[in-house]
Amino acid sequence: MKKNLMKFMAIAGTTILTMGTLSGCGSSNAETVAAGTAPQTTAAQGETAQDTPNLKGSISMVGSTSMEKFSTALSELFMEKYPNVTVQAEFVGSGAGVEAVNNGSADIGNSSRNLKDEEKANGVAENIVAIDGIAVITDSANAAEDLTKDQLISIYNGSITNWKEAGGADQPIVVIGRESGSGTRSAFEEILKVEDNCKYSNELDSTGAVMAKVASTPGAIGYVSLDVLDDTVKTLNLDGVEPSADTIQSGSYFLSRPFVMATKGEIAEQSDLVKALFDYIYSDEGTELVKSVGLIPVN
Amino acid sequence: MIPASSPIFERSIYMHPKSYSILGSHGSKSAVERIAQAVFTVCGFFAVLAVASITLYMVISGTPALFKVGILDILFGTVWKPTAADPSFGILYVILTSIMGTALAILIGVPIGVMTAVFLAEVAPARLAGIVRPAVELLAGIPSVIYGLLGILILNPLMYKLELKLFAGSSTHQFTGGANLISAVLVLALMILPTVINISENALRSVPTEMRSASLALGATKIQTIFQVVLPAAKSGIITAIVLGTGRAIGEAMAISLVSGSSVNIPLPFNSVRFLTTAIVSEMSYSSGLHKQVLFTIGLVLFAFIMIINISLNRILKKGEAKQ
Repeated sequence: MKKNLMKFMAIAGTTILTMGTLSGCGSSNAETVAAGTAPQTTAAQGETAQDTPNLKGSISMVGSTSMEKFSTALSELFMEKYPNVTVQAEFVGSGAGVEAVNNGSADIGNSSRNLKDEEKANGVAENIVAIDGIAVITDSANAAEDLTKDQLISIYNGSITNWKEAGGADQPIVVIGRESGSGTRSAFEEILKVEDNCKYSNELDSTGAVMAKVASTPGAIGYVSLDVLDDTVKTLNLDGVEPSADTIQSGSYFLSRPFVMATKGEIAEQSDLVKALFDYIYSDEGTELVKSVGLIPVN
Repeated sequence: MIPASSPIFERSIYMHPKSYSILGSHGSKSAVERIAQAVFTVCGFFAVLAVASITLYMVISGTPALFKVGILDILFGTVWKPTAADPSFGILYVILTSIMGTALAILIGVPIGVMTAVFLAEVAPARLAGIVRPAVELLAGIPSVIYGLLGILILNPLMYKLELKLFAGSSTHQFTGGANLISAVLVLALMILPTVINISENALRSVPTEMRSASLALGATKIQTIFQVVLPAAKSGIITAIVLGTGRAIGEAMAISLVSGSSVNIPLPFNSVRFLTTAIVSEMSYSSGLHKQVLFTIGLVLFAFIMIINISLNRILKKGEAKQ
């Protein structure tokens, strides 16, 4: 009797252990995901039931790679709110995005620059949904206060290598940037028109790393999104303008660019789906979303 | 399970009323054996499955870019501009950095490691060894990111001071703020120490005492004995330590990504450099398309390096066994 019990225990034990090993990974993942999304889903369902139960269909979005983070976050949250809607986003570049919306192959063209006059002449409407602002930072002991656009370009393309040529003390400049592929880097290089000409001495893979490196290295210069600035580094004025949400919205701070979601014709002429998407972007939730991906809301 | 009324059950009670042995009558024994066998086999094949699928995955995802960009352009190109309008994906400097960095780390780490092992196994008084050994074991347990933080907070500022002195007034040198090849090499050397020390110490300890006694009896001093008799006798173990250290150094990413500066440059001591591992780590998150495929190719190159190291390790171990 006891012997068989022992055998049974042995087999059962082994089986349970094996099953535990096999399923352990999968099940814990599932739980994490469920726990993470549960509150949002319930909230979204609550709202869907109230206002727009019957929105159905798909929206196609084509354009800027810089807007990938924003567009992805937007489409995820939007699809969560309207479960019957699919948002497809492709990231092929601003020009291609505007072209796609112009010839009707996409509902929305993402562009991380202002639309050109000839694009507007074709009836493409420029709907600015957010503004991307970048701050230039140095270590807090640096004497330099202000850089002109030309000085900033010269520092990053390697023609100025000492702070004494840029209004600072006699010390070498340590040029710090982000890795290729980073949205901040592409924005910075696009605005200054120094694409692929930058001579970085450090290419760090996160905003935090740039902040830490600049803070701890005398003579370092780096660029980060506006929203992460703190006291450990000194923020430089550019062309005499201090970076802030106000100066960026007014356009006087040059290291910023609009994120445009272009449509063929005004928003009011669009389908209900597209209208709902823009309503969402300009709503409080949308503003939160814009802030959460490190951008500045327009309104 | 076996029903209580079955003949097997009754017989077993009758024959071994108080035995708890897993060895029972024929039928149930073979069932237990077979299930256990199956369970163990499945467990054993997890590792095989993992290695096979990783190899397959690396080859499948790493090779397309080789042909799209051109093998020579990738492996021997020197310009890394993956996101340019006219992108180029040369990783020669990255490969050279990994080789150079690992070689230098071995050059610094191995002598220190082997000497420490000699100290622990041969000369240290028990009490001193009691302090050193736990320290080495702790060193092995420290996460690599901590080494990196240490490097960024202590090593880089020191290096920057040195750099400012060495290159004062230089108009051609690009100042890196201390994030350079030397910093990375020093961190790597420190990181391979525990591996080298532990394995060399084991090798030294397994040298028979008779050999030492014989050497000492012939009039050799203790130091002569260590260098002429014990170390040569432990050679294959120490080579294993070096190879494993190399493996650790070439595969390390986290620590050196913090201290090396991560710009693609010729691996000169005061240049900011990028290793194979850090190239993948730093750009994987935002890359897309061909850029991403090339990152997988870099992974494949790294994988090839590690395979070569492992195969040579197996060769060495087999040679050692054959001798014994």
